[in-house]
Amino acid sequence: MTGAEYLALARALRPEMLVVLAAFAALFADLGWWRSLPTPARMRRNAALLTLGMLGAAVAVTLGPETAERLDGALSLTPVGQALKVVVLLLAVVAAWLAAEETFTDHVGEFLAVLALATVGVLFLLSTENLLLIFVALELVSLSLYVLTAFNARSARGAEAALKYFLFGGTAAAFLLFGFSLLYGLTGSIRLPAVAEALGRQAGDPLAWVAVVLVLAGLGFKVAAAPFHFWAPDAYEGAPTAVAGFIASASKVGAFFLAARLLQAGLAGLEGSGAWGGFAPGWTAGVALLAVASMAAGNLAALRQAGLRRLLAWSAVAQAGYGLVGLVGDPEHAAPAVLYFVVTYALAVAGLFGVVAVVQGPGGGDAITRLAGLRERSPGLAWAVTVFVLSLAGIPPLSGFFGKFYLFLAAARAGQGLGYLWLVLVALGFSCVSLYYYLQVLKQVWVVDAPPAARLRLSPAATAVLLLLAALVVLTGLAPELLLGHLRP
Amino acid sequence: MAPLTMLAWTPLISFVGAAAMLLWRPESRRAPRRLALATAAAGLLAALLGARELDPGRLETLVRSPWIPSIGAEFHLAADGVSLTLAVLTGLAAVAGVLFSWNIEHRAREFFALYLTLIGAVYGVFLSVDLLLFFVFYEIAIIPKYFLIAIWGSKGREPAAMRLALYSFVGSALVLAGLVAAWAVAGGRSFDLATLAAKGFDPGVQRWAFPVVFAGFAVLAGLWPFHTWAPTGHSAAPTAASMLLAGVVMKLGAYGCLRVAMPLFPAGLDAWREFFAALAVAGIVYGALVAFTQGDFKYVIGYSSVSHMGFVLLGLMTVSITGLAGAVLQMFSHGVIAGLLFGVAGRMVYDRVHTRDLTELKERQLGRALPFAAVTFTVAGLASMGLPGFSGFVAELQVLIGAWQTFPKLAVVAGLGVVLGAVYTLRAIQWVFFSGETAGAPGRATASAGEIPVAEAVTLPEKLGTALLVAATLAIGLQPRWLLDWIVPGLSTPLFEGLRRGGGL
Repeated sequence: MTGAEYLALARALRPEMLVVLAAFAALFADLGWWRSLPTPARMRRNAALLTLGMLGAAVAVTLGPETAERLDGALSLTPVGQALKVVVLLLAVVAAWLAAEETFTDHVGEFLAVLALATVGVLFLLSTENLLLIFVALELVSLSLYVLTAFNARSARGAEAALKYFLFGGTAAAFLLFGFSLLYGLTGSIRLPAVAEALGRQAGDPLAWVAVVLVLAGLGFKVAAAPFHFWAPDAYEGAPTAVAGFIASASKVGAFFLAARLLQAGLAGLEGSGAWGGFAPGWTAGVALLAVASMAAGNLAALRQAGLRRLLAWSAVAQAGYGLVGLVGDPEHAAPAVLYFVVTYALAVAGLFGVVAVVQGPGGGDAITRLAGLRERSPGLAWAVTVFVLSLAGIPPLSGFFGKFYLFLAAARAGQGLGYLWLVLVALGFSCVSLYYYLQVLKQVWVVDAPPAARLRLSPAATAVLLLLAALVVLTGLAPELLLGHLRP
Repeated sequence: MAPLTMLAWTPLISFVGAAAMLLWRPESRRAPRRLALATAAAGLLAALLGARELDPGRLETLVRSPWIPSIGAEFHLAADGVSLTLAVLTGLAAVAGVLFSWNIEHRAREFFALYLTLIGAVYGVFLSVDLLLFFVFYEIAIIPKYFLIAIWGSKGREPAAMRLALYSFVGSALVLAGLVAAWAVAGGRSFDLATLAAKGFDPGVQRWAFPVVFAGFAVLAGLWPFHTWAPTGHSAAPTAASMLLAGVVMKLGAYGCLRVAMPLFPAGLDAWREFFAALAVAGIVYGALVAFTQGDFKYVIGYSSVSHMGFVLLGLMTVSITGLAGAVLQMFSHGVIAGLLFGVAGRMVYDRVHTRDLTELKERQLGRALPFAAVTFTVAGLASMGLPGFSGFVAELQVLIGAWQTFPKLAVVAGLGVVLGAVYTLRAIQWVFFSGETAGAPGRATASAGEIPVAEAVTLPEKLGTALLVAATLAIGLQPRWLLDWIVPGLSTPLFEGLRRGGGL
């Protein structure tokens, strides 16, 4: 590689470098001259510093190249990936400011630096089609998230959650790596299009099926699909609220992008079919099964939850199931539908974790009943909860409705003659189930009378973050093309 | 601006009214209901102004602009005689509902905001001819219903509200499944109702798609055996919400059957006609029998709605011009009459004596305490029984004539339902208003002889609402031409072409 090539590479990687710089700046500033300030003030200053870096990175993304190919696909920028980077950076900013809502650690600089590293991991995930780099980026995300989950050293639940997350995640990573190595062994390439091409030439190799299963297990863990979801409720409950929000939103956007790219570009020859009556082994069949299992497990378990975080965790499992429904479609229609869905889901779920951060009790109490009478304690917050929850429930004209709707359209037109309509029917049935628990949340907000409690005072930062997210959820619902236009290849 | 497009403003007027209700914080307690009344009246006026210009025999486009071009969805509102009839009904029910909610003071702004949102969504459904838009309005209507019942309802409100919301959602999920399938089969390029109806789907698809979509809509129309949300929901709801639920929301379901399910899948309709006609008749008889055994005033009316909506569905299944016109007429007629009945039961009686139990009401001598309520309920009851001179008579007669030509046996059973209707209505009238102490009756009479039981007098808004609805049912009963001149041409638009070919309409 020549110097000029390094320079071109550096230009393409400006956003990632800016985020890393922001992470280091936060570390130095916090350990240096902000050391003596009280923790909340340090948190806010560092969050502001990080926001600056992230915004700079977002600007760099929009000004930078839309497409680029370097180092044999190790760096492969696409317009869709670039658009998602902006979304991920926004979600990282949200997480940084939500972290400032609670005091769970004195190691402010370290916390935000690790958060920035997790963000960089997701950004890399969005810009590569090389199996090795995919794995490295995934591990960067995962290792950062394990650390972040355990960051509240005073909470035993946090440590337990992080340990579970780590053990499950380590196993899943091993599966994925094993799958990748089989793919390399079979095809002699670690670049997705080349892998797909080689697999197409030697269809029917039993080892390829093993690789598919292993890859699906690894991806299933990342998107929290059943039966690889057991870490989710504990991690969501034990992690600091902002971290749980980040896991549920930004990390999920990256995971679904990866799933769409890996399966549809890398395993293009091994689709098989999950169509009704036309079953053939392949990854679509596996994805269909994961989708049904996730929707069933997530929605049914969510019915019985009394805590907001666990409710969101199980609903995340269910929503991952809906997302997988869309993946079975043909690539042209499926990828935009899945990505639109996951972005709008991420906006709403990040907002709800923001609400949890604001209303939770001193010990992190997050019972749904904490929302009782919210309409009197903070009308603005009550409206925000309503927008987020109705969007998750899929009520038009909010973006959650269109998210699911596009998924169903993508699945309905896939396969021969409505072959995947059964999957749509299952999803519709379970979304009826989900309305019950979503309405339970809204019932607390609007119907149950307020216990005598003081008005909730929201910090300006929390107000701004929640307002922004709610506005985006409404806007992307009223005018879906605004977002969808960026997600079409 | 052309008066025709006034119709297109009806949803927007209501939504703007709802938003204004939330943003504006007036000092006066009376301001919210005045704003609500003004908004509802503006909607009714817009509908009536549109009616003067509309050619009921054509599906005239009111607004059409691209919305989500990638899947072929458009923002497309249009109206013909059928949608016009139902838009006017919505306006009437909305105004009457506000008048009957004049005493709402608990969280009044939120109450009227939800109420107007519901009204706006209902107008939207009646005027949409793009299936996605239609569905969006249809779903928007669900959430306000939940809160109206759960917050302002009476006994058993929370389970009733949840049940109603879940039933509605399941119904709309079935509808959505059918719509997605129809869209995909037709090539995934358009959600336009007329385009899809002209497409002519494969009979194999129609045979399963029709029952799915039809049943989905019919859940909301109270089709037996999916009707159980209706009596509980209507009874627990606050008066205005009961009036809207029975008056217009159940019509959303029936309208969806007529406007979407039947024209899209005429061959499927042929295969399933008798089955759904039998269910409709079962609903007529079952609703009437159960209404007769109820001990709760509002449940009697709730089950009577199930019975009367059975006539609408039976009329639809005849697929003859007489039966279909009768069905639409019955939608209008039942909307007005059910509004009146719930107005009396919920506002005039329950809000004053705080009981709906028939045996307790029997002792209150309401006939003497509330003579206006007694007269109103008797008039509404007579209309509901289908006495000549009221709208119920012409509507049910048309349905029965239509049914007689296609399903003679079912028509006989449905006719029995009319008789049963008279029985439970008279029973309710007698128990609530004309029993208890009577002159010269032995026993209890001595205790209360001469005393006239007191109750707060019926207020002017209630009287106005009553007058509006009674005038509507009498006008249509005496001069059904006024509506039939809209409905019959409306059924001859190209949209119903497939039905005409299939069923000899």
